[in-house]
Amino acid sequence: MSGYRQGDSGLILNEPLLWEKGKKGRCGFSLPECDVDEVAFDAEFAGDGPNFPDLSEVEVVRHYTRLSTWNFGVDTGMYPLGSCTMKYNPKVNERQASLPGFSDVHPLLPEVRNQGALKLMFDLEHFLKELTGMDAVTLQPAAGAHGELAGILMINAYHKKRGEIRTKILVPDTAHGTNPASGALCGYMPVAVPVNEDGIMRVEDVRALMDEETAGIMVTNPNTLGLFEKNIREICEVVHGKGGLVYGDGANLNAIMGYVKMADIGVDVMHFNLHKTFATPHGGGGPGSGPVAVTRTLTPFLPVPRVEKLKDHYHLVTDYPDSIGRMMTFYGHFGIMVRAYSYILSMGGEGLKEASAHAVLNANYIKERLKETFHLAYDHTCMHECVFSDAKQEPYGVSTLDMAKRLIDYGFHPPTIYFPLVVPGALMIEPTETETKEDIDNFIDTLKAIAVEAKESPELLKNAPTRSKVRRLDETSAARKPCLSG
Amino acid sequence: MRYLPHTPEDIKEMLEVIGVKTVDALFEAIPESCRSKEPLNLPRAMSEWDLNAHMDALAATMAPSSEYRVFIGAGSYNHYIPSSVPYLLSRSEFSTAYTPYQPEISQGTLQGIYEFQTMVTRLLGMDVATASHYDGATALSEALLMAVRKTKKKRVAVSSLCHPFHREVIRTYLGPAGIEVVEVPYGEDGRTDLAAVGAMDDVAAVAVQSPNFFGVVEDLASFAQVIHAKKGLMIASFTESIAWGLVKNPGSQGVDIVAGDGQSLGIPKAFGGPGLGLLASSKALMRQLPGRLVGTTTDLDGKRGFVLTLAAREQHIRREKATSNICSNNGLCALNAAMYMASLGGTGFKRLAQINHNKAEYLKRKLMDAGVKITFASATFNEFVVKFPEGFEKTYDRLLSRMIVAGLPLGRFYPELAGHYLLCVTETLSKIDMDQLVKEVTA
Repeated sequence: MSGYRQGDSGLILNEPLLWEKGKKGRCGFSLPECDVDEVAFDAEFAGDGPNFPDLSEVEVVRHYTRLSTWNFGVDTGMYPLGSCTMKYNPKVNERQASLPGFSDVHPLLPEVRNQGALKLMFDLEHFLKELTGMDAVTLQPAAGAHGELAGILMINAYHKKRGEIRTKILVPDTAHGTNPASGALCGYMPVAVPVNEDGIMRVEDVRALMDEETAGIMVTNPNTLGLFEKNIREICEVVHGKGGLVYGDGANLNAIMGYVKMADIGVDVMHFNLHKTFATPHGGGGPGSGPVAVTRTLTPFLPVPRVEKLKDHYHLVTDYPDSIGRMMTFYGHFGIMVRAYSYILSMGGEGLKEASAHAVLNANYIKERLKETFHLAYDHTCMHECVFSDAKQEPYGVSTLDMAKRLIDYGFHPPTIYFPLVVPGALMIEPTETETKEDIDNFIDTLKAIAVEAKESPELLKNAPTRSKVRRLDETSAARKPCLSG
Repeated sequence: MRYLPHTPEDIKEMLEVIGVKTVDALFEAIPESCRSKEPLNLPRAMSEWDLNAHMDALAATMAPSSEYRVFIGAGSYNHYIPSSVPYLLSRSEFSTAYTPYQPEISQGTLQGIYEFQTMVTRLLGMDVATASHYDGATALSEALLMAVRKTKKKRVAVSSLCHPFHREVIRTYLGPAGIEVVEVPYGEDGRTDLAAVGAMDDVAAVAVQSPNFFGVVEDLASFAQVIHAKKGLMIASFTESIAWGLVKNPGSQGVDIVAGDGQSLGIPKAFGGPGLGLLASSKALMRQLPGRLVGTTTDLDGKRGFVLTLAAREQHIRREKATSNICSNNGLCALNAAMYMASLGGTGFKRLAQINHNKAEYLKRKLMDAGVKITFASATFNEFVVKFPEGFEKTYDRLLSRMIVAGLPLGRFYPELAGHYLLCVTETLSKIDMDQLVKEVTA
């Protein structure tokens, strides 16, 4: 396998836009004969209908099949996109989600006809509680950022209930951009907490910034440098001491399942990303699912409806006067919950712990093998991801972007680049637990080869990628003269 | 475990490179006081076949629309989904990719979303549509926040005939930001009270759902006129996308922002989610839009390509000053909707909407003939409100045991409409199904 180059050229077919093909009068849909009389629609409100192209079924199938071949997914190859946990998405979970009893059911049927779905949700909540030690869970938020919003709304409601007005929220430098943006929706001004020379927060810094006008702190642990916030317990004590609450961003939960319970380290409220940790497909950017877990302190504020069990029956309960309310029309992304539930049952408790163990093993292995080649921002044992930079390649006029684009030619999805912001030119690698050692070795060897190219023939990197459907795209002109529809 | 490929030999070799003895040693980076002492109390791993049996048993307790005759819509609609759509959607190049951060290897997703945006603008008659939101309620909440940003007024008007759950979500989103939400009452015709909006001052926007929660089509143009005179924005929402095959689109009626549910566009009901939030606006509001947008550009060789664009609005660049905290969209659901719209085509879309209308009107007429009162006389699409006879609850339960769900009781949402039911008919219900319902309810 050594030296095996997986990036190659295949036959790539061009495909026009949908409305550049088709002919009026075609249809790719089996329209039934109408078994009742025709009734004209009220002329006052009647419109012309949409101007869509008319296509046959074959045209539609070829169109999307060709488009799909221009995409790179986890099923295509290694996708070490830091902080996104691009692990393998098991196919059996797709089978469960497409069972008619889960996919073809209306959300407003009488509860007696929904018992299976409600039991699944109730049990999934229980699994998430057990993983984190938290007291209660809502599955309603649609995505991680939506879960953050739910969590911050609960913190806001908690302070309001106590008659307190707090206007600020602490957010470390390493945080995802969604953290300050979620805080802002509740009117909180984010206050940045710097990271120290070891890449983590200092207790003193938090102590100096935390006051009685600050609602709490949003912590990602492990943080986006892939480092465990070792001072987390003391930091939580400081925040609690001033009446604040601790929000845990669960984006990086894949590192610590079975090793750390968030409730034990002082977190009051946290979200999960079912699409990361629990292996549901990312779908080209969604749908995800962002359940939120809370301790007893915040339970009264959870969104409604909540799933409850009375004797042997499951119910959707809305009667919680302190609830922040509803976050979505119905109960969240149920189809994603089914997949995550199926994943947890496939893995079992031990399997989940092993997944975290291997995720951390893989990241440390990559860190160790590449740290001579690339500048490592913080050289400590990492958790599930490691962050390099382009500092060593910069003298050759080669940037992180160039190296990322060159990886594409070799058949890898690039890591996350230019994030976290605290590392200039960051290259954030999260291999996950589902890659084989051979693929990881191949990835490492490829990055080493790219580092040599950077020195010897940087133009190869500057011109990359050359084997993809398109070459580098002009993003500046796209933004200057936006063309968002055809 | 079949998803974890490492052999003991692999692990040993890797640990040697790292220079530690065991994998657990790596976790010593976590202070002892933070580490769990107890193993996870979770079920043991199940084999694939045991798991399948377990899931089948759970699913078997449910009432799928393939077995039941479900006369409920109210934000989730049973439409026929062509086999080609889920088949194409299961192409894992689409489903197992993430956000197209690397456009050169994401052109499939990007062109697919660009086509989706285009078809949404054509469906709604608007200039710009986003790459999607979570659902109609969250899209509508974001639309109201856009209006507040644009007009700098901290009060919005929302029709009481917007979906009751949409209104609840709006309160969740807007309340803590100190934005006042005023509900606009409805009249005897089952339409939002236009005069009530006329009497309001200092509102950033009015949101009117059409077809509204009662299925009644609203006169959006009149609302637009009234609110524009007050320097507010006109927002239209909807839950049944198929309506736009027959009903005059919002863009042609002076609407500034449209937010709605796209679940009807070939997306399984899935117990309420994932669905699809559609959000579209006039060109003037483009830079206020939250969430992802795909635009065209060219590559180094001048070839057409697609990228995520106008990122300066978004959280990863603007952080707390972003137009929203939204990060992902419901990308795969957007692609799903695009595949469905492409399969129907313009001609098919209109015809499907007409069939839906014919069926709903048939049931309405049959019920009327049988002496059931139709609560509102106004024009409706797919859904309408009826008043069933006293003591209908018993009939409802009897029908349920015969696998017929006879509409949604409205008393829970509108106490003044206790005893009234919201009925929905789509192309999936036959004349026989409807005749049976009429026979049973009037028996």
